[in-house]
Amino acid sequence: MNAGLRIPVAYVPLVDAAPLIIAQELGFAAEEGITLELMKAPSWSVVRDALTLGQADLAHLLAPLPVAIGLGLAPSPVQLEVAMVLSINGSVIGAARDLAARVAKAAPTAGFLDAFSVGRALLSVGPRALRVGIPFPFSTHYELVDYWLGAIDPAARDRLQIHTVPPPRMSEAVAAGEIDLFCVGEPWGSEAVEEGTAELLLPGRAIWNHAPEKVLALRKGWDLEQPAALHAAIRAIWRAGRWLSQPGNRSSASEILSRPEYLDVSPLLIDRALSGRFVVSPRGERRDCPVFVCFHQGAANFPWRSQGRWFGHRLALRTGLEQGDAIATAGAIFRSDIYRAAMAEMPSALPTSSSKVEGGLPQDLAVPAVGGDLILRADRFFDGAVFDPSLPE
Amino acid sequence: MATRLKIIVVEKDPERVRIIVDGLKELGDHDIHVITEESALARRVSEQNPDIVLIDIANPSRDVLEELTLAASPNERPVAMFVDQSDNSMTRAAIEAGVSAYVVGGLRPERIRPILDAAITRFHMFQRMRRELEATKQALEERKTIDRAKGILMRRRGIDEDAAYGLLRKTAMDQGRKLIQVAEALVTASDLLG
Repeated sequence: MNAGLRIPVAYVPLVDAAPLIIAQELGFAAEEGITLELMKAPSWSVVRDALTLGQADLAHLLAPLPVAIGLGLAPSPVQLEVAMVLSINGSVIGAARDLAARVAKAAPTAGFLDAFSVGRALLSVGPRALRVGIPFPFSTHYELVDYWLGAIDPAARDRLQIHTVPPPRMSEAVAAGEIDLFCVGEPWGSEAVEEGTAELLLPGRAIWNHAPEKVLALRKGWDLEQPAALHAAIRAIWRAGRWLSQPGNRSSASEILSRPEYLDVSPLLIDRALSGRFVVSPRGERRDCPVFVCFHQGAANFPWRSQGRWFGHRLALRTGLEQGDAIATAGAIFRSDIYRAAMAEMPSALPTSSSKVEGGLPQDLAVPAVGGDLILRADRFFDGAVFDPSLPE
Repeated sequence: MATRLKIIVVEKDPERVRIIVDGLKELGDHDIHVITEESALARRVSEQNPDIVLIDIANPSRDVLEELTLAASPNERPVAMFVDQSDNSMTRAAIEAGVSAYVVGGLRPERIRPILDAAITRFHMFQRMRRELEATKQALEERKTIDRAKGILMRRRGIDEDAAYGLLRKTAMDQGRKLIQVAEALVTASDLLG
């Protein structure tokens, strides 16, 4: 197979980098006539620098980071845009063991997906100042924790002390008493359970079951320089997501991701995220979370303008920016037009609209689509609130 | 140029710290602090109120410093060196050397340049020393293995040291392998056979 054009792609070794790794490893990239040169990075700063300085042309990136740069909140020499969503959900909330025990005692019947009961218990038995570890200041992790506890009690926002902790240090930070709580991507939550320092309280999807987690980011303008390469990469990654969505491929995926050149952790830990079957405490308690991370179903890869607007709305709330401007700027960063152009000839139905009400689908729903049937997956915030981007608050 | 700059170096490895700090001291009378502890890094750095922070590019704790870029006043915000692309060659050199710098309060480029230059030189120096050390260690390990292989041959075949070495070398040449590979195979096989 012709290796064709080589596209350097920076990523952080996490379970949700799977679509990039699988696209390259299983030949989906080669089928599109490209090679994804995967560059493993030790931090999000390195991924961002690689992309903004041109060492990489595409990157696995935290969904809100291109928006934060676009709003001038995060420094960057160039603007970034989103060509597709790589994953929906995929983070876990964990707590130090003693705090987790107190939460369990206060909410003995709460299920693994019961964000309300767990959150209320946490606010009632947790320390006055809740120190929360997240991987990066602009991340879906931050937004989920802030949304969750803020929706239960608006005053809880004042109790949150959010600290940036590199995911590999999360377990150590809990053990050292630097943080009470964390929200992190797998396998790092399960790693903390394995090390005996923390227990998992909730999967991120219990807070919002359709939260965009990582995106495929590009430098603004690269789509005009290399449209064919970009479109080929989008299609290859989409095929990889479809492959990952088939349960029969799960153990192969875990094995490939576990290799030293990729995640370099046990395939058993990776399988927990892919199967949604978690060990939540060092005592070996198990909890299930169906579709813990989603790479494909329900147009998961479609970069909805409204997803960008939701992040713009949240970042504006946090920083005091003017809502209307922030929402408009953020929506333009999620380039649904690029995705449509790349996927036009593919056997994949595309939504007729590029914007939707975020949190507005209590259950799966078949919708009119371009080129086939499309079933959108349930999209609901745990408190039932909706974000209608046409009517900014 | 009279005012002293406060420079923070975030680094665990004491040898690397020594090399970098020595390099910075040669630049003159700057106020140099070293943070070796990665816990609560954001607080430690902001308490020191530095002009420049130097950190290994590959250190995952760089993301923690990004938190500081959100500090209240724009004048107090450390900005990653690479954001200012006014000097591309310096940016490239820094990336190659594996050093990243955060600069606070809009220091003038002519004040930053010598410090970053020195850091780049010293990061390179450290990498070179580490490579040399690795090479030396490896050579030593290889010599030990070859000595053991020679010893096995001398005992088992009743030959002297030169003959044992000759036999190893001939086998390696015949099989198109490296001497050390043949020696390792022999040592492993001998260990297995007991």
